[in-house]
Amino acid sequence: MIEISKLTLKYGEKTALQDISLDIPKHQVTAFIGPSGCGKTTLLRCLNRMNDLIDGVTVSGTIRIAGIDIHDPALEITELRKRVGMVFQKSNPFPKTIYDNVAYGPRILGMRGQSTLDEIVERSLRAAALWNEVQDRLRSSALSLSGGQQQRLCIARAIAVEPEVLLMDEPCSALDPIATGKIEELMADLKQQYTIVIVTHNMQQAARVSDYTAFLYLGQLIEYDATRQLFVKPSRQQTEDYITGRFG
Amino acid sequence: MKRFWKSGDPFIWLTGGALALSLLMVAGLVLLVLCNGLGFFWPSPIVRLTLSDGKELLGQVTQREAIPQPDAPTGTTTRYRIQVKVGNRDLYGADFVWVEEATIARRDSPAEAVLIERREWGNLYGFIKEVRDNERTVAQGSEMAWSTLQTLLPDATSTFKEIRRIEKTELGAINSAQEKIRLTLKKLQLSGQEGGAEAERLTTEIDGLAAKYHAQEARLATLREASRQTIVVSVIGDKETELPLQQIVRIIRPNSMGVWSKGGVYLSRLWEFISGDPRESNTEGGVFPAIFGTVMMVMIMSLLVAPLGVLAAFYLREYAKQGVLVSIVRIAVNNLAGVPSIVFGVFGLGFFIYLIGGSIDRLFYPEALPTPTFGTGGILWASLTLALMTVPVVIVATEEGLAAIPPGMREASLALGATKFETTWRIVLPAVSPSILTGLILAMARAAGEVAPLMITGVVKLAPSLPIDGVWPFVHLERKFMHLGFHIYDVGFQSPNVDAARPMVYTTVLLLLLVVLILNLATILIRNRLRKQYASSVF
Repeated sequence: MIEISKLTLKYGEKTALQDISLDIPKHQVTAFIGPSGCGKTTLLRCLNRMNDLIDGVTVSGTIRIAGIDIHDPALEITELRKRVGMVFQKSNPFPKTIYDNVAYGPRILGMRGQSTLDEIVERSLRAAALWNEVQDRLRSSALSLSGGQQQRLCIARAIAVEPEVLLMDEPCSALDPIATGKIEELMADLKQQYTIVIVTHNMQQAARVSDYTAFLYLGQLIEYDATRQLFVKPSRQQTEDYITGRFG
Repeated sequence: MKRFWKSGDPFIWLTGGALALSLLMVAGLVLLVLCNGLGFFWPSPIVRLTLSDGKELLGQVTQREAIPQPDAPTGTTTRYRIQVKVGNRDLYGADFVWVEEATIARRDSPAEAVLIERREWGNLYGFIKEVRDNERTVAQGSEMAWSTLQTLLPDATSTFKEIRRIEKTELGAINSAQEKIRLTLKKLQLSGQEGGAEAERLTTEIDGLAAKYHAQEARLATLREASRQTIVVSVIGDKETELPLQQIVRIIRPNSMGVWSKGGVYLSRLWEFISGDPRESNTEGGVFPAIFGTVMMVMIMSLLVAPLGVLAAFYLREYAKQGVLVSIVRIAVNNLAGVPSIVFGVFGLGFFIYLIGGSIDRLFYPEALPTPTFGTGGILWASLTLALMTVPVVIVATEEGLAAIPPGMREASLALGATKFETTWRIVLPAVSPSILTGLILAMARAAGEVAPLMITGVVKLAPSLPIDGVWPFVHLERKFMHLGFHIYDVGFQSPNVDAARPMVYTTVLLLLLVVLILNLATILIRNRLRKQYASSVF
């Protein structure tokens, strides 16, 4: 689904990602793990070109999603971002109503009509396992929800536009264990429809939810394998050191 | 002692004390203005003073002060003098007189003493002798005259109002229509189409209008004929004067009025102040045109400064590449706030009025030249000048608001596939609207109080008409207007009759404070509602 080939990213002079190549399969959960500063968030943000927002970034190499080169100048960046959605580490609902938050994406796409939008909002909120909790207060402010609910709202907002890929940047790092559990359950459901790439600090979480894991260290891809393989029998010493906690 | 300083207590006292002092000063100012201003309309009793040399005075006491005696030895009793408003300026020249208290032999308050507020020449103090209608005496003696007056006065006032209305509205409309046609004819003349069909049609129209004019003038003449009622008043000094009823604004006998009737007069004078037109070179009457002009100018200025300031702030913060150039622009904008306002006035005069206004005149109104239409001061240029002056405030406030928006919100919108413009329009703008309104509040407060730049760009002592009236195109942005701040200056310092004008200064100050307060409160209420909706904004 996603083919990354010889990707190198520099912030000015400093190299953040060095020569990364990996293929992310469709309808699976792939996790990026590694210590702080290893470049996993940077790699994730390459996939929907959010790094373009930062000045002084140079990218070389290719990334293909569903066969399309995402750095092709003929491709509209907004088109890319509609097909590759993102959920951020700190939940960032808009200061609008719950309904308007979820309907934001579809409205940008030009969808009108109360019933169309109603349907989309319900569908997305159900998929994000939030519908039961908010169905009778869709017009209240999104900021009145709890942390876990806000994050699920962000997930609902991201899937409202029906992307093909869902990028999640440490989605549970600011949540309590119960909310985390709910979102992990969600991921298992969502992967039937979407390709999910998740960055996580929490190795146990990666072991729980992902099908494939990539271990990055100081901007380089050390190992990439099926999760069961990587956690049980890693092929690189560095990976084993990290997993067993010899460094973190 | 050291512990006292270390604990931080003195600084708490210092901040509290400074706040208390500021509040006291503001409260003191407001109280001073309130006392002096609000007391102005209360009808005080009329006193009749007989001096030791036999002279008599009839009027209201306005001030009392100690006579300065710098050379007298210590221990001498202070001598006082009082200022009496005797009115009757057309008969005796001065309407305020200072009298030393020591020279007063007798002081009483005759119940029938009457105060007449006139349309010209100020107040008249005296006793009613008789009422006449067309040279014929209708009532005689104080009591009878008073009751007849109560029945006749309302009709006289409404006839006067009708005459004024015909003059202002009807004749005014005919005049402006005629003027328009004259200008169109001149335009045709300039373009060489003098004798054509268009010119003939217009000439016939002028003739039609002239006929209408005559008809209205005839109406006026009949109205004036019908109202020949007068009242004869005897004044101090054994003189008599005859005054047409139509010249009377208000007539009262303060010495025989109870608290309720005095309260009624107070309220009616207050209402006249707020809603009426000025008379007697702005020392009497109302300030409604000034209120209207101030509010309209602040509104137009807000309409101009808001988009200008917000767009500039957005460009500086969101779209421009942050570097040396942007920093220079930002510094320049901040320094603009320190430029003296009179400099803005001169800029407005040179650039807006002469250059742009002159060009507009040459392009669109050449037939009116050499009389300028837009090439002279007007409410548009004044508002524009003030908008320029207050734009830095709006830019700074908006930029602060933009900086306070968490970047995660923008990223979330962009990650959903929105363009930068869509993000700005749908997410950023609503979130920054409370800050924009903060900037607008500050701008309006500053603009409502500035006078210097206005004096050169379009404010006048007395404007013949309001900038909004019933004649097409209804809003006349090229007209000169009146302004409360300038009114205070004019009444306080440029008035020919300082004693009469001084109390007006206080009341006008009070009114200006009130207008600014109301404008600010309205904006604050709107901002609070927006804040509740877009709770993430902090500024």
